[in-house]
Amino acid sequence: MTRFSAWNVFWQGISGQKGWTRQWRDPEPKPHYDVIIVGGGLHGLATAYYLAKNHGIRNIAVLEKGWIGGGNAGRNTTIVRSNYTQPGNREFYEDSLKLWEELSHELNYNVMFSQRSHITLLHSPGAVDAVSRDYNIMRRTGNADAGIWSLEQLKEAVPHLNYASDARFPIMAAAVHKRAGTARHDAVIWGYARAADQFGIDIIQNCEVTGILREGSKVTTIETTRGKITTGKLGLAVAGNTSRLWNMAGMSHLPIESHKLQAFVSEPLKPLLDQVVVFGMGGAHFYISQSDKGGMVFGGDLDWYKSYAQKGNLPIVQDVAEAAMSVLPCLGRVRLLRHWSGVVDMSMDGSHFISKTPIDNLYLNAGWNYGGFKATPASGTYFADLIANDRPHKVIADHDLKRFERGIQLDERGAGPDPKLHG
Amino acid sequence: MIRIPCPFCGTRDHSEFTYGGDGSIIYPSLDAPMQDWHDAVFQRENICGVQVETWQHANGCRMWIYVERDTMTHEIHSVRAAHPDMAVALEVTI
Amino acid sequence: MTGTRLNSGGRIDRSRPLRFTWDGRSYQGYAGDTLASALMAGGEVILGRSFKYHRPRGIMSAGVEESGAIVTLGTGDRVEPNAKATMVELFDGLAAKGQNAWPSVRNDVGSALGLFGRFFSAGFYYKTFMGLPPFEWGRGTGVWMQYEKLIRKAAGMGEAARVADPDTYDHVHAFCDILVVGSGPAGMSAALQAAKLGKDVILVEQDFELGGDLLNQRDPMSEAQRQEQVTALEVAGVRIMTRTTAFGLYDYGTAGLLQRVTDHLAVKPDHSPRQRFWTVRAGATILATGALERTLAFENNDRPGVMTSAAARSYLNRFGVLPGQKIVLSTNNDSAYVTAAELAQAGAKITLVDLRAEISPNLSALMKSAGVKMKTGLAPRKALGKKSVTGVQLARPQDDRWIAAETLPCDLLLVSAGWSPVVNLLSHRGAKPVWDQTLACFLPAPCSENVTMAGAAAGHWNTMDCAASGVAAAHLATGQKADEIALAGWETPIKPVYEVRLAGKKTKSFVDLQHDVTSSDIRLAHQEGFVSVEHLKRYTTLGMATDQGKMGNIIGLALMAEALGKDIPAVGTTRFRPPYTPVAIGALAGRNTGSHFKVLRRTPLHDWNLRHGATMTDAGLWHRPWYFARKGESFNETYIREATTVRDTLGICDVSSLGKIAVQGPDASEFLNRIYSNAFAKLAVGKARYGIMLRDDGMVLDDGTTWRLSENDFLLTTTTTGAGKVMVWLEELLQLRWPELKVHVSSVSDQWAGVSVAGPKTRAAIAACLEDPEAISAENLPFMGVRETRLKGGIKCLIARISFSGELAYEVYVPANNGEAMMDLLWATSEPLGGCLYGLEALGTLRIEKGHVTGAELDGRVTIDDAGLGKMASLKKSFIGSALRKRPALERSDRPQLVGIFPKDRSESFNGGALLCNPGEISGFGEGWITAVTHSPALGHWIGIGFISGGHDAWQGKSVTATDPVRKGDVTVEIVSPHMFDPKGERMHG
Repeated sequence: MTRFSAWNVFWQGISGQKGWTRQWRDPEPKPHYDVIIVGGGLHGLATAYYLAKNHGIRNIAVLEKGWIGGGNAGRNTTIVRSNYTQPGNREFYEDSLKLWEELSHELNYNVMFSQRSHITLLHSPGAVDAVSRDYNIMRRTGNADAGIWSLEQLKEAVPHLNYASDARFPIMAAAVHKRAGTARHDAVIWGYARAADQFGIDIIQNCEVTGILREGSKVTTIETTRGKITTGKLGLAVAGNTSRLWNMAGMSHLPIESHKLQAFVSEPLKPLLDQVVVFGMGGAHFYISQSDKGGMVFGGDLDWYKSYAQKGNLPIVQDVAEAAMSVLPCLGRVRLLRHWSGVVDMSMDGSHFISKTPIDNLYLNAGWNYGGFKATPASGTYFADLIANDRPHKVIADHDLKRFERGIQLDERGAGPDPKLHG
Repeated sequence: MIRIPCPFCGTRDHSEFTYGGDGSIIYPSLDAPMQDWHDAVFQRENICGVQVETWQHANGCRMWIYVERDTMTHEIHSVRAAHPDMAVALEVTI
Repeated sequence: MTGTRLNSGGRIDRSRPLRFTWDGRSYQGYAGDTLASALMAGGEVILGRSFKYHRPRGIMSAGVEESGAIVTLGTGDRVEPNAKATMVELFDGLAAKGQNAWPSVRNDVGSALGLFGRFFSAGFYYKTFMGLPPFEWGRGTGVWMQYEKLIRKAAGMGEAARVADPDTYDHVHAFCDILVVGSGPAGMSAALQAAKLGKDVILVEQDFELGGDLLNQRDPMSEAQRQEQVTALEVAGVRIMTRTTAFGLYDYGTAGLLQRVTDHLAVKPDHSPRQRFWTVRAGATILATGALERTLAFENNDRPGVMTSAAARSYLNRFGVLPGQKIVLSTNNDSAYVTAAELAQAGAKITLVDLRAEISPNLSALMKSAGVKMKTGLAPRKALGKKSVTGVQLARPQDDRWIAAETLPCDLLLVSAGWSPVVNLLSHRGAKPVWDQTLACFLPAPCSENVTMAGAAAGHWNTMDCAASGVAAAHLATGQKADEIALAGWETPIKPVYEVRLAGKKTKSFVDLQHDVTSSDIRLAHQEGFVSVEHLKRYTTLGMATDQGKMGNIIGLALMAEALGKDIPAVGTTRFRPPYTPVAIGALAGRNTGSHFKVLRRTPLHDWNLRHGATMTDAGLWHRPWYFARKGESFNETYIREATTVRDTLGICDVSSLGKIAVQGPDASEFLNRIYSNAFAKLAVGKARYGIMLRDDGMVLDDGTTWRLSENDFLLTTTTTGAGKVMVWLEELLQLRWPELKVHVSSVSDQWAGVSVAGPKTRAAIAACLEDPEAISAENLPFMGVRETRLKGGIKCLIARISFSGELAYEVYVPANNGEAMMDLLWATSEPLGGCLYGLEALGTLRIEKGHVTGAELDGRVTIDDAGLGKMASLKKSFIGSALRKRPALERSDRPQLVGIFPKDRSESFNGGALLCNPGEISGFGEGWITAVTHSPALGHWIGIGFISGGHDAWQGKSVTATDPVRKGDVTVEIVSPHMFDPKGERMHG
């Protein structure tokens, strides 16, 4: 396996690129594994990697129904941030951000994590106060870079926002999270896949799970389109399809609904926006950044109705375009190049589950709403820890399926038990 | 655009409606035990396929409707007014 | 290649010359030209630079698949990057320039990057740039971000404007029975047939003329047929939209269209939108979207002067431009022959090179009579020339390899390597195209929705079949049967070829010409395991440029298939995503920009407030008065004066934006009793009660007062931002959960104008406005009473004696149209008494002093006990939320509870959003937070309201720090009861 480095890029460039090998193998599934992870997306692959790295467990298969990264891993808008403030979320996302900062070095794969700042626009004194509370919490819990910018500071850093006097919601200030930014989602998938593969973990693509067989309260066998495989433990990380796998294991209800989230990219432009900008006024939510290729990457609300179809409809396209114009009016003549959608697990409080289940050796990783990308390293770390040790780490003590019974709702928005409102 | 046949107004764009949620939930009586309420409020089947869901024609007649819709293809199989007396009065399904 | 304008021929109007500029230099074209044809006629060759290597790019096509001539149009606030010159309709005064190059596209220093091409293979950036070279030393992202700065500068193609787009765009809606996309022979036939069948038809065409490929033909019969059909369409009443692209197909027959209204006009009319975005709801859709010609991968196939054969035919016959003098046309199928003949007739020296060994005698004869030299069994292997084509080296296939053959000089190299039906829109609906081995292309698959393909888009290659398939499509679209028209293919089968390269020779041949993806990149992707089409695309970026892979995707698939030793279908098919061609974001936003982004809701008193000095602020979608500054007053002085005046004298505040819902019916009180946490069943007529509503999960949803106007008639008020939410909630409960209740709810928020009048002198001020001053005497209108009476002039009004400020106060409501009259009356009596108008800021001061909660405290995560209102949760009944509010975590005594906050040193101040923590504790969540603050005139110092773990009881006598690191320093504070002023509430009873 040729290590990635400037030296090798140079050397391989000289010698005709012959030294680059497959980044991960294409093995046949074995008859048995100690751990099977269903879902070859970001969280599934990361979990497999950390199971090997942190817990020495290597007899693992990651089963992916299509090609790895074909789900939400390749469809998200690549934002990485840790400005969550509910207890339990705060520590989790901060841990994730710290792992992101070293991820390229750890995986020896340039995931292109660009810590270029995440800016939340604020339009009233009340909003400044409310967000200041959150950012004060961030300051005191590991984010020395969290701050509030005045309008002048914002204008200097982000010159092309809508500072016009006829803006419907004039900008007053901004909350800034400097260590946040964007990363290249495909690189994260491939980086984890390559690193996991190096541990001997089997990544089995084009392998759809069709049945989960139990004996009593334990899972024994996974039926797939590539044969039956027995397993010691089973982890599910299949955002958007969580309930379907849950049903296969013989269970029916979850505090999750599958919804559709659209994302958009423009034609590539010379640099126009250096940061990630987030806007939420008049009932709209909107975020935008510019990729290293130059395309503006942006998105907004869910399509609102439940959907398993990865096809979006026009009303959201319109809503998002309106929000884009209200934030960056110079985008009028910039053209939308592509829009697509993914199916996300919206949960009853907008926060995720990394949880044991009623089945002894079945573990669930789900409910990431629209924010799974940034959670990838921590999700993998803590899900691996849960699977290896059969008990949750204290950071994820309240990230289980039973938290609602206890009266715990990790509700960053305050929107209540309606999945569509957490988008 | 999903086109929803509102029993009161005729077929309209889905953007005229607001989506409610799972229409199969039967809410317990107000004095029912906590566990019943927990299950009704927090637990969902999340069907991939035909499900019953609620929509409100918020930018039209403001009536709530039950819609049987396939969550994969978005095809609508039936629509009826949520209020049972209204449904009987209209007796509309598609 | 040197293009030259012919003296005659083409569809351009030589009597209407147009002047335009390119890179600052002046040129001439004609009406009917595109920017590309005019530049070609003007002898321009290099029009762009590629993304990665900055290689020179020229015109490659005559359509939307253009990957070379990508330019920037316009100037100033109308600058438009990434325009395809082949799709720009020329107009007088058009200004265009090159992009992605410095100093110009003709001489670009960026081309030096090409020298390092071997290091910049696909995905190279994933393998380096992580740390310091050579071995990626370092930690964190610092080094990467330095590299990234350079990468970002080099990235992007054109530069967007920095100022707001001055043009307007409209969003329009349409309905039709049949939507026909494309106006070639198939599309026009389909539209005509559908019209004959009595259907309402919309025909959309992205070009500025109807006819599709008929426009590229020379035969007068074609033009006659075209004219005839166009006339027939008009007579039949088909709605025809030219310059309109159907960019996406969505659920339920919905199509998104982008109509270009003024882009082609020299003088843009003021009244016109620049473009229109149409949402069309079609009963059925027919896609007659044609097919695009493919090229080949061979060395230096990206040189200016290499273009598709069909493009050359278009420039010749449609635009009257001979694209080259000495032409080599390489083909593997029959379609290029007529083009060769026409080019020869126009005076070019042309050699046709066919890969196939056997050619039909008809075609050989055609070549002979046209004077076209022919060679068979050959294909292009390398284009010669540095900045543009000067010749081509050919190669001969032998067994599995290619052997170098002769070189031909030329100034234009045309390539025809097959045709790909345009199936993009069908693919939006999830129908996966199917590879046809014989035709060497993807054909559309049957679709479960009513979308029918016709013409070349369905694999028909000759005009008659296209027309017939259009007619058949119309029948199928209307639910009738139609005979299947067999795909005739070509006389001599196509010989598929995707790449020509000599074994063992390193070759730079391009598959994606915008992103500089080479065939070696495809093979490298295979080598590294990126073998599915999705991985191939993402790893190499093939197909992700502004042409969205129209030119290169098939070649990429074929090369990957070859590397895998499999057939093309085994690699997978690319899923196309809308939009088919890029759409301006401004067009999608339409008119909802600037101040129209969201509606602005104004109360009936809005103008009156402004006339009386209000400064407005946003409250949700509303504008509400924030404060009423007098001359020379600072913000602080104003709100302090207002709050002081309310407590000392009286003040008037516009509360019209509060939600007001009429709840009526015999079961109304039962209904209210179920939704409010406190008792409502026995609320007396003529009385109001403050109520708290919980959500199902036990958290506070909203609060407000509800007034009983009569036995079965209640007026329920909500917060401003809760109004919509609560209305929907009530309707949901009544229709879904409790349909047995005889209750009707109506929103009457817009029907009433309302003010809160508060302060010791209120009664006198209001009484003087009433027809019956005694109506609001202490006896006639006790605390929490409601009555209907009349203002002077007979204006009906509802008066409720309720108090948010804690003073003697009334809410006065009149029908909205009488709002200004009410204000005039009230102000006339209040001002002389020394009263004032007050806004949200002073309202905030007053309520904070009293410890009343608002949305700042009720943030959706707060229980009724947290808010200090636990006594309002009835123990005698069940209500919405009563079950789940008893969940263990919600009953803990250490939950954050509502408190007041004083600075220990009364001269200090603090902010809402500050955290409350134990002194000395510099990290962690703290024990609580401040939600809102104000300078309190009543207490003479700054105060705050907020939450702290365990509430007032747990912190009495203890020092607490209010810490606000994001804005200021720390302040030592005391925790007090939230009812900081007049805790016993005596003043309201005055």
